[in-house]
Amino acid sequence: MTAESRAALLLLAPAAVILGVFFFAPVVAGFALSLTDFDLYSLGDVHHTRLVALHNYRELVGSSIFWTAFVNTLYFALVGGPLTVVVSLAAALLVNARLTKYKAFFRTVYFAPVVTTLVAVAIVFKYIYHPRFGMLNRALAALHLPTPDWLGNPHLAMLAIIILAVWKGFGYTMIIFITGLQNIPEELYEAARIDGAGKWQQFRHVTVPMLGPTFLFVGVVVAIGQLQIFAEPYVMTQGGPLNKTVTVVMLMYQQGFKFWRMGYAASVAFILFLLIGAATVVQMKMQERR
Amino acid sequence: MSRRLESAILHGVLIAGGVITLFPLFWMLSASFMHSGEAATFPPRLLPQAPTLDQYRQLFVRLNLGRAFFSSAVVASIVTISSVLFGSMAGYAFAKLRFGGRDRLFGLLLTAVVIPPQVGMLPLFLLMKKLHLVNSYWGAIVPSMATMFGIFLVRQFMLSVPHDLLEAARLDGAGELRIYWSVVMPLARPILATLATFMFMSTWNDFMWPLIVLSDQAHYTLPVALANLSGEHVQDIELMMAGAVVTVLPVLALFVALQRYYIAGLMAGSVKG
Repeated sequence: MTAESRAALLLLAPAAVILGVFFFAPVVAGFALSLTDFDLYSLGDVHHTRLVALHNYRELVGSSIFWTAFVNTLYFALVGGPLTVVVSLAAALLVNARLTKYKAFFRTVYFAPVVTTLVAVAIVFKYIYHPRFGMLNRALAALHLPTPDWLGNPHLAMLAIIILAVWKGFGYTMIIFITGLQNIPEELYEAARIDGAGKWQQFRHVTVPMLGPTFLFVGVVVAIGQLQIFAEPYVMTQGGPLNKTVTVVMLMYQQGFKFWRMGYAASVAFILFLLIGAATVVQMKMQERR
Repeated sequence: MSRRLESAILHGVLIAGGVITLFPLFWMLSASFMHSGEAATFPPRLLPQAPTLDQYRQLFVRLNLGRAFFSSAVVASIVTISSVLFGSMAGYAFAKLRFGGRDRLFGLLLTAVVIPPQVGMLPLFLLMKKLHLVNSYWGAIVPSMATMFGIFLVRQFMLSVPHDLLEAARLDGAGELRIYWSVVMPLARPILATLATFMFMSTWNDFMWPLIVLSDQAHYTLPVALANLSGEHVQDIELMMAGAVVTVLPVLALFVALQRYYIAGLMAGSVKG
């Protein structure tokens, strides 16, 4: 073995051990766990565990709460994801515009929610959404608009959580879009102007196509993040009203760590894995077609 | 449209967006200095009538939130130090050292990026239980002591370190580990600062795994303690806002101070992602 590969082995060892033992092994074990009936009794004595093949998955597909969580999670991602992309692209275009002064200042302001603690701001938004004392409804009342019970109304609760998620997350994707915008060569815009393209046409035919790879990256990152939604409903609604904000990860947490049905919960987690894998593949396919 | 008008509209929209973005944080801060019940009065108040530290006093004296603050600081600090050290070691090895199976191993590690951590959480909990690390700081710390993100970030940076520099050091008779520590590490300072900022903040804000692995209040980190508190004190708006401030302010301050590194890291991570 050369001195170089000996050194490499030494330098890689700590990270490899930690990632191997505390990440990759549990992920593989998670799949194995999903094929067993591991529960509270197994927690006391492992010998109570039996292999049940795909029984957990069959039970899952037959349970209505799973489908509710599945649909809620997809709704959150399919509405919240595109909304985040649109808001962050708009913010990036504004901050990056040639006429904009104090670019760094606005960038920092828009980015600030990203670094805040999700649990803390979820609590803040819970009070902002309060039907009577919340600042949102007080502002709406002042404008003589309807003042719904945002988190108490089954039709609005998830939407209210989506608004929080967009507020919290758009600064991150904005930064990625700004990087993408800055990588577009200025000559392309000049050429478009010479050809008589207006602002909108420049955006449509230069900016959007040139941002192609950025859209893919942003889409995948946002999808991966959004499908894992947990803390917002945990803090704000506990899954209510009428289970309208129960999510896949929340179901996994409840089943696995409240009721200790760990085999069943592992099958929920694995579905999440498939969902995220599918979202990534779909994004890539869509990008290829363009 | 004249240039001046265009600029006025542009900045008007930017400022409006900024006000909307900062309002929740402003209101959180303002309400945290109000007396109990003041945030629920009619007509609404945007600023406290007579600012008070009552809510903070109650949090730290009666509800012992200082303990959770300490827990968060311990967990985030140890995770930061170790993930920067281990990430820099592995990142350097992947970028600059030649060894068999390097690219295949790196490719395998990269798949970790699309695997949601929740998939491994159930077995991880059982493993922690076996190791008697449930309900201890180490239980929250160990799984994050090395991260794929850190390895990737350092590797991207190290790729730009010239090979000649390393060869020169080798010709001078420096050993491989010595080159890593004395030649490469000083060069990598900016990216290490980026990684440290990133890791500290994400660990400080982390919720789900600490919620699972820390089951008794004595070890709760701030987000877990806060979520727990919010269940018991639903009506105490001002108190909860003070709790949110205590949780958010340290990371927000750190971000404002170190944003250069933080945003640079995001951009580096995205360009070649």
